[in-house]
Amino acid sequence: MIEGRFGPNIIITSADRVINWARSRSLWPLTFGLACCAIEMMATNASRFDLDRFGIFPRPTPRQSDCLLVSGTVTAKMGERLVRLYEQMAEPKWVISMGACANSGGPYYEHGYHVVKGVDQIIPVDVYIPGCPPRPEALIDGFLRLREKIMRETIARKQA
Amino acid sequence: MSFTPVLIFFAIGVGTVLAALIASRIIAPHHPNPVKNSTYECGEETVGRTWVRFNSRFYIVALIFLIFDVEVLFLFPWAVNLRDLGLFAWVDMAIFIVILVVGLAYVWGKHDLEWIRPRDASAGGAKPRRTEEPTGTHGSINNTDKG
Repeated sequence: MIEGRFGPNIIITSADRVINWARSRSLWPLTFGLACCAIEMMATNASRFDLDRFGIFPRPTPRQSDCLLVSGTVTAKMGERLVRLYEQMAEPKWVISMGACANSGGPYYEHGYHVVKGVDQIIPVDVYIPGCPPRPEALIDGFLRLREKIMRETIARKQA
Repeated sequence: MSFTPVLIFFAIGVGTVLAALIASRIIAPHHPNPVKNSTYECGEETVGRTWVRFNSRFYIVALIFLIFDVEVLFLFPWAVNLRDLGLFAWVDMAIFIVILVVGLAYVWGKHDLEWIRPRDASAGGAKPRRTEEPTGTHGSINNTDKG
């Protein structure tokens, strides 16, 4: 209701700080584990790396998620499903592309006729995490980068 | 006894839920579209209708299961305390089992213990229905009618 209604002013700036803080500190990713990156993602969620200490808690349904974590090789066939799941997420939503395959097609870039050459060709991506697969520390860093990005967002009306 | 604390508790409970709903209505962005409003099926498109028909004989199977289920449920505690409960409980349980045995005899007599019932087989009533493939389709796909 208030999104995009007011111009930038003092009240909106304070509201931005509170809303962005709330949104960035409870990122619930929709897990989209497709390949070996998913193993690293599971390790990151488990007790040793413990993503839960950042308020990041994996969800199995797009209706409860803030962030789509694409971890693995997206084939052309899976791409359709990925787009549908992205569409079914409630706003605000962000996308993390994890690993070489999701970033650019990775090892399938040249000869993988069935692989989407970068998930950003079908859905908008906020954070790219390099690696094949990325270590759990890299995934955590990716989430922290997404946090920083969310903190810069505003609900004010876009300047025309 | 005063119910004021209960009333306050109730008001706080309703107020908290209302506050959450109103805050989310004000703050949350609202961009519906047909894909987002469609049913979530793990990323698949929904196929067919939600009104699925299934065989009403599963209802009888559930009832028969219930006969044995409840029987065992009562038999175990009774059997554990058999010596303490004495003759009265034994007669009680015997009546209970006889009632259930009558029910069991009834479903046995109705052939409900068998999935393919004899009268269905003799009358040919349980013959599975099969949709016939349109004769033209096979030929046009495989070009058999040409060669």
